[in-house]
Order: sequence, then C-alpha cells, then structure tokens
Amino acid sequence: MQPFTTLTAIAAPLIEADIDTDIIYPARFLTITEKKGLGLYAFHDRRYDGQGGEVTDFVLNRDPWRHAGILVAGPNFGCGSSREQAPWAILDLGIRCIIAPSFGEIFRGNCYRNGMLPVTVGEADHAALLSDANAGASLHVDLNTRTITRPDGSTIAIAIDDGKRDALLNGWDEVMGILNLYAGTIDRYEQDRRTRLPWLTR
Amino acid sequence: MPFTLYDKLWNSHVVAEEEGGISLLYIDRAMLHEVSSPQAFAGLREKGLKVRNPGAFLAVADHSVPTLHRGRPIADPQARAQVELLARNANDYGIDMIGLDDPRQGIVHVTGPEQGFTLPGLTLVCGDSHTATHGAFGTLAFGIGSGECESVLATQVLRLTKARTLRVNVHGDLPPGVGAKDIILAVVGKLGSNGAIGHAIEYAGPAIRALTMEGRMTLCNMSIEAGSRTGLVAPDGVTFAWLKDRPLAPKGADWDAAVAHWRTLPSDEGAVFDREIDIDATKLVPQVSWGTSPDQVADITGRVPDPAGASDAETAAKMTKALSYMGLTAGMPVRDIVVGHVFIGSCTNGRIEDLRIAARVLKDRRIADGVQALVVPGSQAVKQQAEAEGLDAIFRAAGFEWREPGCSLCVAMNDDRLPPGARCASTSNRNFEGRQGQGARTHLMGPAMAAASAIAGHIADPRDYLGEA
Repeated sequence: MQPFTTLTAIAAPLIEADIDTDIIYPARFLTITEKKGLGLYAFHDRRYDGQGGEVTDFVLNRDPWRHAGILVAGPNFGCGSSREQAPWAILDLGIRCIIAPSFGEIFRGNCYRNGMLPVTVGEADHAALLSDANAGASLHVDLNTRTITRPDGSTIAIAIDDGKRDALLNGWDEVMGILNLYAGTIDRYEQDRRTRLPWLTR
Repeated sequence: MPFTLYDKLWNSHVVAEEEGGISLLYIDRAMLHEVSSPQAFAGLREKGLKVRNPGAFLAVADHSVPTLHRGRPIADPQARAQVELLARNANDYGIDMIGLDDPRQGIVHVTGPEQGFTLPGLTLVCGDSHTATHGAFGTLAFGIGSGECESVLATQVLRLTKARTLRVNVHGDLPPGVGAKDIILAVVGKLGSNGAIGHAIEYAGPAIRALTMEGRMTLCNMSIEAGSRTGLVAPDGVTFAWLKDRPLAPKGADWDAAVAHWRTLPSDEGAVFDREIDIDATKLVPQVSWGTSPDQVADITGRVPDPAGASDAETAAKMTKALSYMGLTAGMPVRDIVVGHVFIGSCTNGRIEDLRIAARVLKDRRIADGVQALVVPGSQAVKQQAEAEGLDAIFRAAGFEWREPGCSLCVAMNDDRLPPGARCASTSNRNFEGRQGQGARTHLMGPAMAAASAIAGHIADPRDYLGEA
C-alpha cells in the first residue's frame, strides 16, 4: 500500500447527500476482476452522457477540478454496496483524500486499506472547506500533524485513531501486519473456541 | 452486569485489544461470491499466503449469473470468466464451492441460512453489504470490502471498532396485509439513510417476535440502508425450529449443546442501549419508496411528498433531485404511479414466504397489459419448494416470467437490466439511481404490493387484493 503522509491538491466540491457506491462505480462494470485502472468507470453515469461524451457540468469534468486530488463531499458519502471498486476507482482518478460530514461505514473502512484518507468533519469546518473547494483552491493535508491547512493558513484537525494513522503513514499491509503480530494469539483463541463450543465442527 | 445481544456476540469474539478502542475480532464464517472475492484471492497469491481455515468459507456465484438458459455456458464472456474464477479460487484453496448446477445454488444470503452455515452466536462476514441478513439468527453478521475478505481468508480476524447499540422496538401486532418489508422501510424512513451509522441495530418487541425467520431476514437485510452494517434479532424457538436438521446445523447431542448456548444470547433484562426508537406496528400501512434513497418512503395511502415541506434545506435538495430523477410530481398519490416492470426476488424478498404471498395476490388474476414481470427465486431450494407448491404455475398464468436464482434485477449486473426511464415495482433493497439499469426508476415494496402493482399497472395497495383491506 502506498503510504499517505502529505498531500497538496485541488479539492473538488461534490456536496450532494448520499452519493452511493452505485453512483461512484455502476454495477454493470463489476464483472471486471482487476482492481487497477478502474478510474475510467468512476462516477461514470455522472461523468458521461449516453454517447460517451463528457457531461460538462459535472464537477470532475471542469477545470480546475478535473485535476483534483481531494474531494469535499456531502453526508453519507459512499453509502450502499460494499464494493471496493468504489475507492479503487476514485484512487485511480488520482483522488486520495475525501472530506465529508459522514461516510458509509464499509466505504470508509475500504479507503484506509487503499492508502486513502477519509476525513470526517463538523458542519463549520465542512462549510469552510467547501468554500475553498468551490473557489478552486488547493488544500494541504498533513497526516503527520493531523491537519488540513486552508489557503488562508488556518488549519482544521483530522480525527483519526493512532493505529489507522500509523498504517497510512507507513503504508503497512493490514494482512501481513496481523500475521506478524497476532498469529500465535489467533491460534490460542481457536484452541479455546474448540473447548468452549465443541459442537462447532467447522 | 446486563449485556446486550451485540455485547455478548462481540465480547466472545475478541481475540486481542489494541489502543484506541480497536479490537481484533474473530470471524467464524464467511461467504464468498464472484464479485468481491477475486481481488482478495489475488492478494493472497501476491503475498504467498494460504487460507487459514478453508472450512470457514462457503462460495457461491450469484451476482453476475444469468437467470435464463442455465444449461448453457454464460453468454457474457466477462461474467463467465468471473464465475469460473470463483470456482478456480475455491478449488485452489480447498473451499466448499456451490456451482451453478448445484441444488444448493442461490443468493449468498438465502443459501447460507438454508444450509445451516449461518448459526446463532457466530460471526459471519461477506463482501456484500446485505450480510446483516444473517443477523436474523442472532449472528453477528456484516458486510466487508474485498481487502477485508483477504484478511479473513488469511487470518480469520478483522480489526474493528465496536459499534454503539440501537434498539428498534416494534410494539403491538402487525395489521393484516402488512409485513416485514413494511416494518424495515418504515424504520429506514424514520432513521434516515445515515441515521444508524456507527450503530449495531437490535430489532425487538412483540411484532418482531411474531415474525417468521423469512420475515426476520427481510428486516435485518436492509439495516445497511439506514447506515448500519449490523442488524440483529435475538434467537428463540422460531430460530431453532427453522435451523434444526439443516445440512450444516449441529446434530444430536451437538444440537442440544448448541441450543443451550444460543439460549444465553438474548439481551439481558436491564441491558442498556445507546439509543432506542419505538415503532407502533398497529399503525403501519404498506410502505413504498418514492425516491432514490431507501429512506424516501411513503404510506401506500399517501402522496409523493413536497420538498417545500422538508425539515431542512439539505433534505429538500435531496428530495428535489430524487423527484426529478424519478419523474414524479410532488403531491401526487403514490397509487397513481404507473409501473411498466415488476421484480419479485433478491436477498430481501426472494424466499418461499415472499413467493407464497405474491402468488396469493396473483391467483386467478392477470398482470396489466404492457407490464413485464419477473420472479427470480432466491435459491434453487426456494424454486423447488415453490414448484412443489404449484406457485410457479400461478405466476406463469398471471403473466410473470419464472427464472433461475440469482441477484438479477436487484443489482442489474447480468442481462436482467431495465432501459432508461423504465419504472419498476421491486421487492429489492435499493432504489439508487441506475440500480436496475442506467436511468431506470425503482420503487421498493414488499412482495404482495409488487404483485398487486403488476395486476393494476400502477402502484397498488396489496390489501385490496388480499381481501383484508
């Protein structure tokens, strides 16, 4: 996993509530079994019209947001289906940080595993960051200091627990991390489980 | 100290605790399907890892499988490759695979319980957000992403934060013609699409206890539509009777020991929930969604709401956008909404009881001219049972197509897809934009209402057809 340390990028405003993972990655592209190169399908039915032409008023089709590396999104972003194709597709567009008042839980968890930073912010901070995004400004995200720096120099705190932050900063792989730290602990749990629940045969 | 059902399930599966409230939670079982597992297996291969406990998994293809011509190879080469890849991965790693020609085949959340793979007191995950379905058995079940699938395959654990608890108390008895789907649509409408984020829901109260297992699965299934990954119903005699003698359920003395354990699971008297909401079942009427989010629901006797009456600007904006996509006018009676398509099926409402009540509405009746109607049983077992009861004949005589099991028009990944602008009365779980095909419009409802709407050609009150209005 690519580490996430700092990011300075244009923030695109996408404030509609309940942008679900079907909007982010339409189901008809789910027969693709790869996880790379899915950016083409990100927000597909919002980005492209029926003939494959760009929908000109969709924010990611407009300058400067076409080059956005951050999304300032609305509440419940990424709700719905668990499809990890949603964060993979967004990542492939070059967007690594999403800021929203709330997230679909599965989507949020999926982001962390892909070197992406979902940031949950309160109403006032959201409004401030949204105004920056609307103005086409860049934001500076620093996971070391847990801050987002606005164009005026003011900062907004990033709430994230230490474990997730360490994993992102170091680009740690979740699976290898668990095996390295806990293989024996899991063995012991399973032995105990066989004693407690002898009727459980598989 | 009194514990909730969720506390008990959680606490008994904690392998280790880390700083910041993170736990390593043991995962007893997982179901795998063709869409969310390929990248997980690719991850194992990349890292040279094996599957820690192959017996903990059950694989079945459901999302991209066709519902017609099942004797032939899948026509769509990409879907065919995806389904073949699932079988190859399962074979390579020694995992039990249910093939398309297997009598156990079905939607993961229908097949798992049918096989007794789903059991009370266990943790169960699947790369599918509707995994909360299994919570109907008192199983701590939740949807995960592909990366988490890889974790479970390799380690049997997930790093998680314990959720807050939310009890939904459904008081009184349901009136005739009102079912589990109406309860959950009303609950989602009340909580809002993000109202239960970070919470594990327990459904409780007399109306829940009175539900069959099929109804409880319908209920738990849509917990995610209110933002919650987990929905639970405490196991009881109904649960045990349903599970007994299922192929993978414990047998003999093991069964007795299991039931004794399961009886300890319900929330203790006096257990404290972080939040509670109350619903009066006696006041419920059949529910139907009018918008593009599952919390946008109305009474069948009601009208499409007006954004002008919304509580805040954000809700009003969401409503206006939904009305525009759905091609509806605020204030119109929901029963005036004309439908051209009807879908009965999905992990929400593709079980035998769903087909029975729909068939009861359809018996000796015909669907309206111009309506295309589809029944997709949730599993081969459901299909066989329905055929044994003659339900297929009732559906066919009414003008419905009788298909093979799969997710079908709930996710529209296979050939079952609606054209732009088409409007569907659907027993599925999501009315998102494009969910049933690009530009298609979905109205969520229970199976009786879907059947009634097929006959009427517009959204209709099932009570007018069940003789119980």
